Amino acid sequence: MSSVGTQTVEQQHTSHEEDTGLWSWITTVDHKRIAIMYFVTATFFFFVAGAKALAIRVQLMFPEQELITPEVYNQFFTMHGTTMIFLVAMPMAVAFFNYVVPLQIGARDVAFPRLNALSYWVFLFGGLYLNSSFIVGAAPHASWVGYATLTMPEFSPGQNTNFWLIGLSILGIASIAGGVNFITTIINMRAPGMKLMRMPLFTWMTFVTSFLLITAIPVIGVALIYLGFDRLFGTVFFQPAGGGDPVLWQHLFWIFGHPEVYILILPAFGVISDVIPTFSKKPLFGYPIVVYAGLLIGFIGWGVWSHHMFTVGLGPIADSFFVAATMIIAIPTGVKIFNWIATMWGGSLKFTTAMLFSVGLVAVFTVGGLSGIMHASAPVNLQQHDTYFVVAHFHYVIVGGAMMGLWAGLYYWFPKVRGRYLSETLGKWHFWTTMIGFNLTFFPMHFAGIFGMPRRIYTYSAELNVDIYNQLATIGAFIFALSAVIMAWNLVKSWRGGEKAPANPWGAPHLEWSIPSPPHHYNFPAIPTVQSREPLWNDGEREAILAVTMEEPETEPVMPNPSYWPILLAASITLIWALVMTGIWWVIALAILPVIYCVFKWGMEPAFPEGH
Amino acid sequence: MRLTMKRPQGNRDGSAGVGPGVRTLGARLVAFLVAPLLMGGLMAGCADEYPQSSISPHTDFAEIIHSLYVSIFWWSMLILAVVWLLLAWVIVKYRRKSEDEKPRQIRGHLGLEIGWTIGPALIVIAIAIPTVQAVFATQQPVSEDALEVEVVGHQFWWEFHYPEQGVTTANELWLPVDRPVNLRLESNDVIHSFWVPKLGGKRDVNPVPAVREGQDPKYNWLYFTPQETGVFMGQCAEFCGQSHALMAMRVVVESEEGFQDWVDRWFASEGAALPAGAEPDAETELQMPGEEPDVQEDEELQAVDQDEDPMVTLGRETFLNSTCVACHGVEGTSAQGVIGPNLTLFGARSTLGAGIMENNRENLVRWIIDPQGIKAAVAMPGTEYPGGNWPATGLSDGEVEAVAAYLLSLK
Repeated sequence: MSSVGTQTVEQQHTSHEEDTGLWSWITTVDHKRIAIMYFVTATFFFFVAGAKALAIRVQLMFPEQELITPEVYNQFFTMHGTTMIFLVAMPMAVAFFNYVVPLQIGARDVAFPRLNALSYWVFLFGGLYLNSSFIVGAAPHASWVGYATLTMPEFSPGQNTNFWLIGLSILGIASIAGGVNFITTIINMRAPGMKLMRMPLFTWMTFVTSFLLITAIPVIGVALIYLGFDRLFGTVFFQPAGGGDPVLWQHLFWIFGHPEVYILILPAFGVISDVIPTFSKKPLFGYPIVVYAGLLIGFIGWGVWSHHMFTVGLGPIADSFFVAATMIIAIPTGVKIFNWIATMWGGSLKFTTAMLFSVGLVAVFTVGGLSGIMHASAPVNLQQHDTYFVVAHFHYVIVGGAMMGLWAGLYYWFPKVRGRYLSETLGKWHFWTTMIGFNLTFFPMHFAGIFGMPRRIYTYSAELNVDIYNQLATIGAFIFALSAVIMAWNLVKSWRGGEKAPANPWGAPHLEWSIPSPPHHYNFPAIPTVQSREPLWNDGEREAILAVTMEEPETEPVMPNPSYWPILLAASITLIWALVMTGIWWVIALAILPVIYCVFKWGMEPAFPEGH
Repeated sequence: MRLTMKRPQGNRDGSAGVGPGVRTLGARLVAFLVAPLLMGGLMAGCADEYPQSSISPHTDFAEIIHSLYVSIFWWSMLILAVVWLLLAWVIVKYRRKSEDEKPRQIRGHLGLEIGWTIGPALIVIAIAIPTVQAVFATQQPVSEDALEVEVVGHQFWWEFHYPEQGVTTANELWLPVDRPVNLRLESNDVIHSFWVPKLGGKRDVNPVPAVREGQDPKYNWLYFTPQETGVFMGQCAEFCGQSHALMAMRVVVESEEGFQDWVDRWFASEGAALPAGAEPDAETELQMPGEEPDVQEDEELQAVDQDEDPMVTLGRETFLNSTCVACHGVEGTSAQGVIGPNLTLFGARSTLGAGIMENNRENLVRWIIDPQGIKAAVAMPGTEYPGGNWPATGLSDGEVEAVAAYLLSLK
């Protein structure tokens, strides 16, 4: 790891890469490796949750089928939603935060590298814990929103709901730690000249999302702790007979849940706000407006939660307030759409796979946004709430928005990560099977919902006459599944055999493209100075930056030590939460000892090699 | 079948065709324009094929929602058309022809950006104002003279009390046409949601939190006036557990007289004391003997017509001496259970098991023998297994047949 003398940059990296044993991954604190682990794990869970979706679609292909029991069906749709949100969409975005943000702001790592590793391991263990419920046959079954009183012990006996509430509590730790890490990184570790209003949009949206994470996740944390006490220790927060109110759960859940929607979508908006200018050869149209729109969405996102609760009976005044707030949030979202189109207007558009996914996002997300306007109108919501219309809506927003954005980011940044392109041919197959499969799955669901099919039902009456929409959706789901297989195949194939990519394969404007692909483990040999929003698009500035970033350092920058305390601490945190299931207080109290030990050892461990 | 397949297919092509791969602008334009029109036409025209359609209003409440929905729908289509046309235009027009292209580096345009902030804002205001008006209009009773019905949600069935009439029934709500209705919603266990789309939007059926003395418990309400007679399908719309999918209902909207007739039959079917002024219904299959039966002495058997089907007589005897009556009530008999659905006028119901299957002898026999096999987690014992807090009923096949015959005779 010390100086490398006269080796070329390329060779120098290769020599470093030999250190790829399992142990080096377990103890890594390198944000780029953690990003890869996040991505691989999230993709694994994507297939796990996708398989459940296929089972759901097969069950619903024909009315009144009994292929799987209602109990198993309820476990499947509960875990499909929970997994896709908490173990796929969020961590996949975090994978991109991890890889891209330090590179975009000219930093060598995140602010707290070991905390970053802890976030990953807690996420992994939390996800495994949650899914281990299937092994013991007690998977969560009360839907991803877990409404009281269905989650109370008399209606959900057994460990099913305990797995859910404890699993989500564990995952929350990872999210909060991640949020803190990225806020600190973005505030403190920007390269000289990287003013806030020069940051790439992806970094901006990571910044906003991180604030949402550290403010929204604690709210569900509180709700889950109340729920845990109600279930395990007999309190009555949500028990009507004891004067508690199940509607309180809904408020807490959605005060978290709506910002969560923006936690999912804003990173995708950030990705395409970087991708579209690159492949249009034009700077982002109205940069400040797009930034402010993102901030505004994040901020107003806090005041719209009860639009998930128009049927609850909060009264006309509350309903009207949340109608107004929800309508207002549509405006900055619309502004972004027009700014993206204006960025492309007059540009020189190159339709790489990354660009296809970005343009695809603009097209299909708009559909989800508009159906959102429909049920933002409280009276209309009374017809659409909890029907397949809403299922169609949020899949258009989360798959058509968040996931398409992340896939755009995958094709865009993969050459940086690997030094090889993802196959564009397979990429185009991936895109078109996604577009066809996705739309064929979810567009007909609008009709099923409008014609009276509620969601979360394991079967439906033939009388409803909605078979055809369900059959189309099932066919679409398999095409969509095929697209995921193509993506996975592309990843595997291109990882080893993809075409070699240079440092800046797309002619992109931001700092991450100023360093070799793949980057050195220390990212920047010396930190460049930034003078504009598109540093690599200004000839003089680019020369100055490349002179610094492509140069071989005399001595390698000192990077933090690897550490095995993050994984051990994550394991002991998971253990203590898992023991909450016993409901025995002294067992839980004893389990805090390994946590204290790990924290202590972590604290005493030198973060950097001696002498630094 | 092929025709029905084409409609959503056409829409789907429209949305998928946005991508840059479709070459001809003409094809794309047609897809953009046709998709929303098809959708609109489909929604307006063919609603009658769909018994649970949310866009086929039959009450004032549903009417308000529907007109709001239609206006928002067209605003949405307008925005969608603008966005997709612009997108299609840039995709076609600004596709890169040569790597040397150097487009003008435009960083923004204040006027345009203000324009596309204010434009959507105006549309949003145009949607929000009628929305708020509708919110207030639909959340208050429309008349002093409304018929009040207390709806109680159970896992997984519906209970309906009519305080004015003193009637209790289950899973089939009877209402008179043109008279305003106030439904008071309350759950006995978890959250359900009362949704009969043709009669209007849904409202959650919440367990009502206990309150201190002197405070009023907070109930949810639905207010509407049925405008047409007919049978309307609905079902629970809030996930409520294992058999949430099987918690349906029917609403029978009858003429004023038809409704009153139903109330009268409810009291008369088993020959109980009639409410003051009410006449026994001549059409009731069960003929009324001259005498008043003595309910308290469990002497119903003596009160019935000698011409009665012996199966019915046997069934009544079996039913009243079984554990069935711990949960089920039949007006005019010693069966006064209140835990399960009230079975008075059971034979007049069109469906069984909370709207999940046709109410006929065959289905009823299956249901009595094996309710949990038909509907998971239902709190009813079968003939050979326990359910709820009750042991297996232990009825023989013959007894089940007789009980079924008796229940179907209650019309």
